[in-house]
Amino acid sequence: MPPAPQPPGSTPAPQPPGSTPAPSGAFGVREAERLLWRAGFGPSPGHAEALAAMGLDAAVTSLTRPSGAPTLTGAAPTVDDAPLEPRDAWGHDHLWFLDRMVRTDQPLIERMALIWHDWFATSTDGASQAHLLDQNELLRRNSLGSFETMASEVTTDPAMILWLNAGENRRGRINENYSRELMELFTLGPDRGAYSETDVRELARALTGWRHDWSSERGDHNFRFDPARHDAGAKTIFGQTGNFGWQDALRLCLGNPAHASFFVAKLWGYFIPAPPSESDRRALESIYVGSGLQIRPVVEAILKHPQLYAGPRMVKPPAVFLAGLLRNRRRAVDTDAWTWASRLAGQQLFRPPSVAGWDDERWLDTSTLRGRWVMVSVLMDDQTIPSDQMKAYDALETPEQAVRRARDFWGDPAMTPEGVAALTTFAATCLPAAMANWEQPYYRGLRQNALRHLLATSPDLQTS
Amino acid sequence: MTPMEAEAGGCAGLSRSRLLRRAASAALPGAGLPAIEAGMPAPAGTGLTRRAFVSRAAGVAMAVYGAGKLGVGAFEEGIAAAAERPAQPVLVSVFLEGGVDSLSVLAPTGDPRYARLRPNLALSPDDGFAFGEDPGLRWHPSAAGLRVLHDEGKVSVFPAIGYSGANQSHFTSRHFWEVGATDPGGRLGWLGRYLDRHGAPDNPLQGLSLGYDLAPALAAGSVPTAAVSKPDDFDFWTPGVWGRMEEPTLKAIGGLGLGADTSDPGLAQARSAAVATGRLRDQMAPFQDGYSTPTGVSYPTGSDFPERLAALAAMLAAGLPLRCVSIDAAGGYDTHSGQEGSLPRNLKLTCDSLLAFQRDLEARGLAGRVLAHVWSEFGRRPAENGSGTDHGAGGCSFLIGTAARGTMVGEFPGLAVLDGRDNLRSTSDFRGLYRGLLEQWFGVDAGPIIPSAASFAPPQLLKP
Repeated sequence: MPPAPQPPGSTPAPQPPGSTPAPSGAFGVREAERLLWRAGFGPSPGHAEALAAMGLDAAVTSLTRPSGAPTLTGAAPTVDDAPLEPRDAWGHDHLWFLDRMVRTDQPLIERMALIWHDWFATSTDGASQAHLLDQNELLRRNSLGSFETMASEVTTDPAMILWLNAGENRRGRINENYSRELMELFTLGPDRGAYSETDVRELARALTGWRHDWSSERGDHNFRFDPARHDAGAKTIFGQTGNFGWQDALRLCLGNPAHASFFVAKLWGYFIPAPPSESDRRALESIYVGSGLQIRPVVEAILKHPQLYAGPRMVKPPAVFLAGLLRNRRRAVDTDAWTWASRLAGQQLFRPPSVAGWDDERWLDTSTLRGRWVMVSVLMDDQTIPSDQMKAYDALETPEQAVRRARDFWGDPAMTPEGVAALTTFAATCLPAAMANWEQPYYRGLRQNALRHLLATSPDLQTS
Repeated sequence: MTPMEAEAGGCAGLSRSRLLRRAASAALPGAGLPAIEAGMPAPAGTGLTRRAFVSRAAGVAMAVYGAGKLGVGAFEEGIAAAAERPAQPVLVSVFLEGGVDSLSVLAPTGDPRYARLRPNLALSPDDGFAFGEDPGLRWHPSAAGLRVLHDEGKVSVFPAIGYSGANQSHFTSRHFWEVGATDPGGRLGWLGRYLDRHGAPDNPLQGLSLGYDLAPALAAGSVPTAAVSKPDDFDFWTPGVWGRMEEPTLKAIGGLGLGADTSDPGLAQARSAAVATGRLRDQMAPFQDGYSTPTGVSYPTGSDFPERLAALAAMLAAGLPLRCVSIDAAGGYDTHSGQEGSLPRNLKLTCDSLLAFQRDLEARGLAGRVLAHVWSEFGRRPAENGSGTDHGAGGCSFLIGTAARGTMVGEFPGLAVLDGRDNLRSTSDFRGLYRGLLEQWFGVDAGPIIPSAASFAPPQLLKP
């Protein structure tokens, strides 16, 4: 999850009907490239140029308001040449979602599904893959719609009911798990004074009544509300008293004065690494509340914000990094190696570390960076210059030419001058000191393979 | 995807099969890799001496990389540097994620209120083992490993540790323990701050997270730390790169991070991860073909936790310059439901592993300079919720090691008087424990590391 929003000021200022700053600065190919990384999975060949030609507003709208159903282009995913079994086979759930990221023509929809998967982080540690995939469709369906509908559907979603023990929360036997996380992680945020421990317990009473059956043939099924399990008594939540039920619980959370500021700051954190200014936050709140808790207009305002383009770089989440590599090379999802490589890199989909999701501030360390190296290894395994072609490689290639060719191999991604310099230094020093004539092309071919690998795992390409 | 060439050098295929095998062993519980390397039995009872291990490690490395390749690798430099200094004390932080139920680990069977609060979950007064220091408490049968070590005087028990105003969010309370202060905005771990002041500028192993990502307690501001899942799992597969190109390529991983200083936090994270990864690869190279465990020492199998502890003992025996190590215990402890199913299993695996680790250190002659601190973010509510328990306040902690004083710190507060939210009161504060570790174990001033250290009296943690 992105950093938790900071506590709002002690006296909430009245919301001015403002708007976020108007876009400033050029919107060229590099800006379009960054937009595609933040709002999707990086450019496929030609996409950044096409967006740059549209201009910022049209480019953002093309992402946030795609027409019709998404099209998946390219070969369907396989493992060992067989179709995926995403609801049953280990790791195929990850591959199924990854494939959508790679092949969709509506990348923001998949990126939003990934964001909501982090926001409402649910794991196959507590629910079946089939339940998680159903939840994933729920998140995708609501990804840019009403947050109220989203919260309502998540609350009654079997995967979530199983994950946070909502089915065991019943009259006389209160289980606080969902109540606490609903406020702390999903709608209000911790340590902001938005709710008390008493509210956690009272809200849990309002949420009582969900149950389901289990059988060896069908597993957990028949999820339903059972009035006999519901605590129908009076509860006091955020100072209001009533015989509240689960819909009241959601209404109270989304109507809590701390919700809108939590929502917009958390959503912002998925797209822009530095927190929004006070005035930007208030403007976004105004858009959010004014639209009746719609997600799309808030996302559009964030994607058009100058800070997205002029601000600091952002570390790509591992799933985004990997989907971007595959889109870039037009490579199909054709091996379950992507699942375990993603696990090494710190983001196996449908296996978040906890209900708080992944820690977006610490994606890169010695362990996870090695995981990204493995991702590139798996990808490069059939994309290197093979040994029988080495003797025909350019025997006169200079270090600068070698780096240029490696950058072009990856579609000329944005790089820092230091990143280019470090690669060039490597290219200038890695060849053996003494080479026979036949080794001149051979080692330059090996150098090109090494440069492609090093470039893809370099600090520049871990960020956008 | 068209399958291309199949002859990119034998190294790639070999590396790939090793990676696949390791990933499979990590993915499938119960299929861990063998810890003992064939043909290299350790001397019975004594373990390997540092010198024996080093020379053996060099042999392994030569077998992998070929004669002459090792040269003046960083591993030898690390050994040499560590050998020149007196052996450093080592702290191993063991985290039980989710909030372990302290009232099950050390059950207050002598208190009649216990059975009333826990009609389904209470430990029977004739189950488990007597706790020598307080006849009102009994060890859970699954905590037999701790009980054995406690009877030997090697476990200091904190039966009710916490802080005033206990926060019942997993993520907030855990964060307090990690940063060593009740500060929601803290950015550096308490061990990270210790290393910032007293560590080395160029040794990632001084703060080692044994896991898939960095432990927040080890997050440092200015010195490198490392995360590695297992030390024998840190090789780098380079398809299409072999022969005299391979080692320069791997050396370049760290070199790519050596750009100019950047004020961009995302890029800075990516660059420092690259530098630390390159250095760690050098340090870990000798372990890539495994390690051995002393004869007579037997760890539980089928779990990452005991395998990582076994690897840790081998790394310490090799003289690697470790100081602070963080590792997650086996399983999860957020037992809102089904507590009787999961808790005994996970607790037994954790305690049996800790016992084996202590025996391993004793066999290797290292027990005097290693302390393990076992902790969890909070305890659980005394009143059960049916089949489980909700978040509580005061919990338990243990300090394990030959040097540990081996007596209780703070008494068990009893169940007659709970705090204002019906949770266990705490009788010791985690910041006092941290202060004691810094002052008594590491021999440094806690004042600059633990905020308001002076207001938390440190208990006597070590044997006189």
